[in-house]
Amino acid sequence: MRLLAAMSGGVDSAVAAARAVDAGHEVTGVHLALSPAPASLRQGARGCCTLEDARDARRAADVLGIPFYVWDFHERFADDVVDDFVSEYAAGRTPNPCLRCNEKIKFAAVLDRAVALGFDAVVTGHHARLSDGVLRRSVDSGKDQSYVLAVLTPEQLALAVFPLGESTKADVRREASTRGLAVADKPDSHDVCFIADGDTRGFLARRLGERPGDLVDAESGAVVGRHGGAFGFTVGQRRGLRIGHPAVDGKPRYVLSISPATSIVTVGPAPMLDVTAVHAGPPVWTNGAPVLPFEGTAQLRAHGAVSGARAHLVRGRLVVELQEAQRGIAPGQAVVLYAGDRVVGSATIESTG
Amino acid sequence: MYLDHAATTPMLPAAIQAMAEQFARVGNPSSLHAAGRESRRVVEESRETIAAAVGAGPNEVIFTGGGTESDNLAVKGIYWSRRDADLRRRRIIASAVEHHAVLDCLEWLGKHEDADVTCLPVDALGRIHPAELRAAIEEAPEDVALVSVMWANNEVGTVQPIRELAAVAHEYDIPFHTDAVQAVGVLPVDFTASGVDALTLTGHKLGGPVGAGVLLLGRDVACTPVLHGGGQERDVRSGTLDTPAIAGLAVAVAGAVGDRSARSARLAGLRDGLVRGVVQRVPDAVLNGDPGDQYLDGGPTRLPGNAHLSFPGCEGDALLMLLDARGVECSTGSACSAGVSQPSHVLLAMGASVDRARGSLRFALGHPSTDADVAHLLDVIAPVVDRARRAGMAGTRRESVSVREHTTGADRSEAGGPAR
Repeated sequence: MRLLAAMSGGVDSAVAAARAVDAGHEVTGVHLALSPAPASLRQGARGCCTLEDARDARRAADVLGIPFYVWDFHERFADDVVDDFVSEYAAGRTPNPCLRCNEKIKFAAVLDRAVALGFDAVVTGHHARLSDGVLRRSVDSGKDQSYVLAVLTPEQLALAVFPLGESTKADVRREASTRGLAVADKPDSHDVCFIADGDTRGFLARRLGERPGDLVDAESGAVVGRHGGAFGFTVGQRRGLRIGHPAVDGKPRYVLSISPATSIVTVGPAPMLDVTAVHAGPPVWTNGAPVLPFEGTAQLRAHGAVSGARAHLVRGRLVVELQEAQRGIAPGQAVVLYAGDRVVGSATIESTG
Repeated sequence: MYLDHAATTPMLPAAIQAMAEQFARVGNPSSLHAAGRESRRVVEESRETIAAAVGAGPNEVIFTGGGTESDNLAVKGIYWSRRDADLRRRRIIASAVEHHAVLDCLEWLGKHEDADVTCLPVDALGRIHPAELRAAIEEAPEDVALVSVMWANNEVGTVQPIRELAAVAHEYDIPFHTDAVQAVGVLPVDFTASGVDALTLTGHKLGGPVGAGVLLLGRDVACTPVLHGGGQERDVRSGTLDTPAIAGLAVAVAGAVGDRSARSARLAGLRDGLVRGVVQRVPDAVLNGDPGDQYLDGGPTRLPGNAHLSFPGCEGDALLMLLDARGVECSTGSACSAGVSQPSHVLLAMGASVDRARGSLRFALGHPSTDADVAHLLDVIAPVVDRARRAGMAGTRRESVSVREHTTGADRSEAGGPAR
């Protein structure tokens, strides 16, 4: 097959491309330029779109002996991922930009372009297993990325290749080293790639301006503090609330909900974060709709806990009842349904109960 | 099939040989002993060879590390000298289509040295009109530090009326610099006859080594150094002279200028066949820049090896990748190390739309180019353009057809559609 390997400059995508070459495919490496003005050097573990990352990707492609190009997707990324991120926070939700990037950029805009240019599929270094249209968790539970791939439709998955799902991250690093890939020891990237300094609140404040409001205690109804913008908070957050006085019951306070219209951020004790049901939007089934109601497990955050779950549709929207109460579940995140390690589908959380 | 000779072109065998001979020797041209004197002799003979080939005096040849350094030295150095002699002179007049080696100097001088930049517009063919220069000077003649206009454009190949433009500047006693890296060895370039005060040339565009260049600088043109040190080159440029590179450069300049007329005629013929062939196979392809069917200062109005074409509905980088996979190496015109390709400032200055600017390729023929190179390109161009057109402008803000297909897929799934 003619495969397009998306190469971030990290170790995973380099080894994924290498395995595709070994499997006898005709592989072309592409690094996605997602920032309009990429910085020269990486800062810590953030970002994957500096010139240094592009160079790392290019050097890996050199070692593999494959052609390499940089594809400029910064406008689409700005529209579909960054703007979405900002408007979701502005609406009081907590978006997952990696998931959005997979849904709209890597397995949509990039995939489209690849297919149009004559490629049969796109290879990435995601830690997940995919065969015969079935998406499953990686064998490395610590690195499993099936959660951020659960937004993909069967049509998108049919054109994706994930060569790393049967390997642990440690295996991948060892293999990179054996192959002479200089990125073998490169730190994992985490945090939001387009916020170079890691200051999400500052980034949002620059985009949205200050929107001061009250912090209100859910139990007493009292105003317990002021804030510069509701967008700076996420459900389940404890640190950085700057509540002047301890709560009456002496227990720590957490963000329970965010109301962008009134700029009110409601806080309360931990038990009030407990969620036993989520109401989500229309689901995307990764391999066709399951028998409903669906009995399996649900994951509600990247790297979050898993709960037994029962899911059904109400007027085309997904409702999930959880066997064990979960905390810190924010609207905007995805609820992903699993049958064992198999990804069944996902939907965006709209409200919790 | 290498069709990117405007980026760099293979070295002439004689230039490689000249360099190899010097690599095997020791001697700093500034040393006073026999080995130094021998190196100095090679440098000075090279200087005389180059001077003779481009109509300059030997003392007007300043060796540099290449085109970018020569442009920096001319633009910054002449600006500083002219400003220091008269503090009113803070204005630099340059064309909108200059290479970044000039444009970025202007931007830097504007930010850090209080320079004002007056940009000369170009017409739809990319040409600067002397009347525009005159008008720009007339705004305030006493303010102008220098004028810089390239001899021929590296992207679209349009040749500028340099002799006439320099004459206009000289009516006001303003020094005139030209970046001639694409012109030397291809067009009749005579430093003295052109009347320019400073001229940039570089080795690797004409069969010499990368990293060796020259600034031709008139004897009476004041120019403040950029690099400070030993003052080896007329106290204008410092740094140990690179004897092997200079020897190779001299052989290449002499060789390229020596067979210029026959080679240029041959390349123009190949180029016309290329353009004709492409337009036959892709009828909506458009040639950018001057068609090259006129004469200017004894040479053609377009660089003979340059074919710069727009392919409506295609992205240049998609075309480049597809051609690369089929063995045709060309350029989108403006390489960008950041990977985020900006639409060409040259095409935009010529009034092209952003889409047209993005959908362009430059094929640049050079001394080794043959009929077979052009024939191979013509064999593959039509299916490549078809393919790229289907890929469209993905990545830009336009919705592609298959994104909608994916959305449709999602809709089906949302409605609990059938399993695959």
